[in-house]
Formats: sequence, C-alpha cells, structure tokens
Amino acid sequence: MTIDVAMTVNGKAVSGKVEARTLLVQFLREHLGMTGTHVGCDTSQCGACVVHVDGKSVKSCTILAVQLEGSNVLTIEGLAESAEKLHPMQEAFREHHALQCGFCTPGMVMSAIDMVKRHDYQLDEKTVRHELEGNLCRCTGYHNIVKAILAAAPAMKSAGV
Amino acid sequence: MYDFAYHHPKTLAEALAALKDKPEARPVSGGMTLIPTLKMRLSKPSDLVDLNGIKELTGIKVEGNGVTIGGMTRHADVASSADVKKTIPALAQLAALIGDPAVRNRGTIGGSVANADPAADYPAAVVALDATITTTEGKHKADDFFKGLFETALKDGELITAVSFPKPEKAGYEKFRNPASRYAMVGVFVAKTAGGVRVAVTGAGPSVFRVKAMEDALSKNFSSDAIKDIKIPADGLNSDIHGSAEYRAHLVTVMARRAVDQANK
Repeated sequence: MTIDVAMTVNGKAVSGKVEARTLLVQFLREHLGMTGTHVGCDTSQCGACVVHVDGKSVKSCTILAVQLEGSNVLTIEGLAESAEKLHPMQEAFREHHALQCGFCTPGMVMSAIDMVKRHDYQLDEKTVRHELEGNLCRCTGYHNIVKAILAAAPAMKSAGV
Repeated sequence: MYDFAYHHPKTLAEALAALKDKPEARPVSGGMTLIPTLKMRLSKPSDLVDLNGIKELTGIKVEGNGVTIGGMTRHADVASSADVKKTIPALAQLAALIGDPAVRNRGTIGGSVANADPAADYPAAVVALDATITTTEGKHKADDFFKGLFETALKDGELITAVSFPKPEKAGYEKFRNPASRYAMVGVFVAKTAGGVRVAVTGAGPSVFRVKAMEDALSKNFSSDAIKDIKIPADGLNSDIHGSAEYRAHLVTVMARRAVDQANK
C-alpha cells in the first residue's frame, strides 16, 4: 500500500510517497537522503537511530513513516545553527572527545539533548549513566560521553536551547 | 517487513470499524513490540489500525479510590505523572523501569497489557493491584485476564480503553532486568490491598502468576523476613539463554523480599 506522507523535518516541510511498511529511518535516509541518522542494531536496542518527534526522543527504526503525518521531526542534521556554530551538545562531544568510531554519536547526541531538557538542565553523573540505558557505544566505555553531557547541560541552558 | 494496509482512525468507533470483519487486521499502539515483530516477519497482518490518533484513549485520572489510565497512555507519562506518584508510587516506579527513555516515549499501558509478554512489567502491577481492565466489550478482572503466553481474555477486535488501579495501602515492585533488553528476568509486584496481600510475578513463567504462600505469610506479617524461606518450584518456569528455571525460581524470592522492603519504605 503506497501512501502520501507529509511532515516537517528540521524545520522544512517534506513529503513523499511511501509504502505503509517504510520505517521513519528509511524515509529519512533513503527518501530524503539524510544519512546522519544511523541504523545500528535495527532491533530497538542500540539507540543509534534516535531522533526527536514533536520534541520527544524516539527510535526511528521502530516507528513507521506514515505514523508521522503532520509531525515535527528533528534529526542530527537539524541541530547546528551553521557549519561554524554547532549545537552546545555537539560542541561538548567534540571538546570532550566523546566518540571514537562515531557510529553511535548521532543517537547519543539526540538522546542527550532530550535527557538534559527532561531534567531541566540539572544532571548528575549517576542520572546521565542511567538515562543512557537506551544508547549503546562499543568504543568509548561511555566515560567521555558522560563528561560531555554533564558539560553540555549548563551550556545549553545559557545558550537558551 | 511484509506490507499491509494502513488505517489512521481519529476515534474509537472508526478504529473498531477498521478492524471489523478482518481477522488478520491488527491494532498498533506504541508499536514497541509489534513493529519489531513485523520486521522479523513473525507476523503478517493484512491491515494495521493505528490507535495513536485517538485522543479519547489517553490520559490519567484520579477517580474514587484509585487511578484510571487510558489505554494509549505512554510509559513516560505514567512514570512522570504527579497523580500516579501520589496515589500509587510503585506504579510510577514500574513505568520508569520499562525499556529505555525512547521506548517509554512510545510504549503504552494498553499495548503492554494486551500483548501479555511473559517478561512485561505491567501485568505484575495489574494482577497485584487487582486492577480492572476496561475494553470496548466490557470489563475484565485482573485475575481472569491473563491466560498464558501472549494470551489474554481479549477477543479479536476488542481494544483496551483503560486500566483502573485501586489505591493499595502499600505496594512495591522490584525487577531483575535483562541487561540488554531491560525486560524482566523476574519482576515481583507486592501489594497490601483492602482485599488482602497480593504477590504477582512476571518474567519467571509463561504468564504472570500469584504466589499464594507468600501472600499468606505476608498477610500475617508484612515484612521481607516473613517470606525469606519460601521457595517456589522451578517446574514450568521459563528457561532460556538468559537464565535457567531454577535461577528464575530463586530470583522470585529475592525480588519479592526487595519489593516488600520497597513497599515498607
């Protein structure tokens, strides 16, 4: 079954004809050519595919594109103001070297931003480690990811994002 | 994933109409189980009826002596609800332990209860708190609802509209989580209710079950010491790569004691 779907992705109106079974991550990567959102495990466990839908983190490998008619989707590509000015969370990941291979990073950054906002910019290490349960990294041991998120929380608050 | 016809009803009546006379049609709520199942081609519905646009199925109300949660209410909303935290804190704690933040933003109580996964968390709360499950066909008592592995009293086309939990005197939930999936290896919900103490176990068997010996002991003395020597038989319990039946049987007593301690905090 082919369906027309329209939504907002990173502030821009997009639309496409998709099969009902098309996952959001396939729509983003294969229809829109936005390959920043990664498919890691494809079984809803690793979190590499996390994007925000109407302000909340979701796993884009476990939701259908047609379910998002009229929704507002934010992906890793929509975070930075410009090539020179990264989002404070991206900047913190760079500053603290919170990645090695980088495959999990888009999902980590999206989950981290959601985490900071849900906790009203107030986080401690224990909370960050617990909240990262839905994002797997196989290189870093999480240490620098946790440091980056803790540093980004006040930076996001002062930047008003 | 096999393809299917997709329906996006705005009301419960439209959803029931879309499911009617289609034996292979399936409703989808949060999709946190159904979509992975479709991806593995373990299920091949002719039609998918998406309940996410039905506003009347969402919300949390404090009613009479308890709390009523709409079938499409997300785990994240139950976990963060001031009403649930005040009325039945153990239920908010249980919701906060399901999956991970992104899963909790999509998964729903109705979906979890209807799916009756042997390792799901909500069935333990539903049975221990003697909840009432309201559907498009009527009401089900918790003790009569869960029938077996992925099996409930729901008929084809019957949808859960709400789950009502009476406020217990005390309650606690503890689970031993599978570290990868966050599903319960064993989860035990203990509640001291007006009708007596109820102990419900998820994850250990094919379906949620009560432990009468623990309920009797806790009725006399609601402390974790009262059940420390109660062993449950391993016969018929789940045995898989994550743990043997004997291991799960042992965990039931450990988790039950922790749940009682949690309830007494």
